[in-house]
Amino acid sequence: MKTTPLANRAPETGAFFTRDRNWHPPAFAPGYKSTVFRAPQKPLIAFPNTLSETTGPAFGHDMLGPLDHDLIHNFARAGESAIGERIIVHGKVLDERGKPVPGVLVEVWQANAGGRYRHKKEGYIAPLDPNFGGCGRVITDAEGHYAFRSIRPGPYPWPNGPNDWRPAHIHLSIFGVGFVQRLITQLYFEGDPLIPHCPILNTIADEKAVAQLVAHLDMQNSEPMDSLAYRFDIVVRGRRSTPFENRMEGN
Amino acid sequence: MLKETPSQTAGPYVHIGLTPNFADITGIFPEDAGKSLVNDKTLGERITVKGRIIDGQGTAIKDAVVEIWQADHQGLYNSPSEPRGQADTNFAGWGRCATDMQTGEYRFETIKPGRVPFADGRLQAPHASLWIVARGINIGLQTRLYFEDEVEANGQDPVLSRIEHKARADTLIARKEGDSYIFDVCLQGENETVFFDI
Repeated sequence: MKTTPLANRAPETGAFFTRDRNWHPPAFAPGYKSTVFRAPQKPLIAFPNTLSETTGPAFGHDMLGPLDHDLIHNFARAGESAIGERIIVHGKVLDERGKPVPGVLVEVWQANAGGRYRHKKEGYIAPLDPNFGGCGRVITDAEGHYAFRSIRPGPYPWPNGPNDWRPAHIHLSIFGVGFVQRLITQLYFEGDPLIPHCPILNTIADEKAVAQLVAHLDMQNSEPMDSLAYRFDIVVRGRRSTPFENRMEGN
Repeated sequence: MLKETPSQTAGPYVHIGLTPNFADITGIFPEDAGKSLVNDKTLGERITVKGRIIDGQGTAIKDAVVEIWQADHQGLYNSPSEPRGQADTNFAGWGRCATDMQTGEYRFETIKPGRVPFADGRLQAPHASLWIVARGINIGLQTRLYFEDEVEANGQDPVLSRIEHKARADTLIARKEGDSYIFDVCLQGENETVFFDI
């Protein structure tokens, strides 16, 4: 693992803003049945950020293969490509202060165009696409920008309620620069009629928070006769400044 | 001010994204990220950290991913945000492991970490930070692992001493067994592990 040079500015070392846990879905949310036996029930314990929280792993661009960001081709046999509606997903990783976050790893995974995952425990009847693996990764550039190419995943049924379906979605796992910025989320597609019916999305109380998980169709950045583009910005926690240089542990 | 992107469950197939080779999706990434923390030049005492993630029914969960983040043998983090100096370049500090699909066990080959200062400068006891995601976990769980054989340091640790109920603090102490440390994480119940809001 190599560290990534962060342009010309010194890395920040301060503590992070407190997480707004009312904005995130609650741990215990019986509408999403899997939370019932997996949600901690005792209160979380808080303490001030230490170096264990304000530091985090860095990843160099040298870890990336040439097709890591291209899910249409990275698992496909030579000359072939994944089946489905071709899309480009792009956006910026920003922190809560609106500052771009460069040099951070974003990993993505998803079902194929038929809504089926390449996994031995997957039970959905839709066909596997032999040319689609379902995962990829990118590292944000100096302006915090990321982009990957894929096919639009299909919606699929799942055994939660008697007739529950997941809207089309892509999972994203994001590193920040401190370990407590670690985040996994899901991106949904503008206009998907299954969004209001999703038991997982319905665990989020604030509709503005749900709206933040919806990627927007971006015709300007679509590639004519090739791919539709969707824009999805990701916000990780903000970091307080470190005004006292003699307090190296942060403030 | 922007709001943090809301968390969503990693879902049942988190392995596809984070440990694809483990999930038999081969040929995309040469190796799963975070597969090893150490190499043969890493300084410090070699240890194994292993355990299971146990749900509210007492079952070890077999679809979780655990990440570990820890300081090197001198207490330095291999991170651009480490202001105190250069950590051991042969120690990644970060590792990732899927729980075994049969046994539910996770396992890291690592080193015993050095001590790291608390926000007020006091030294913390040696510890590793863990982050756990799985289906049914709406937001990744943050916890810490301390070592059973660091009794004196643990007694002075500012985080452990913040936990009012001594019995709960014990949920953060890994049990020594040979050169391994066993750290089971209980998501619910009487022995529910302490999780942090940090």
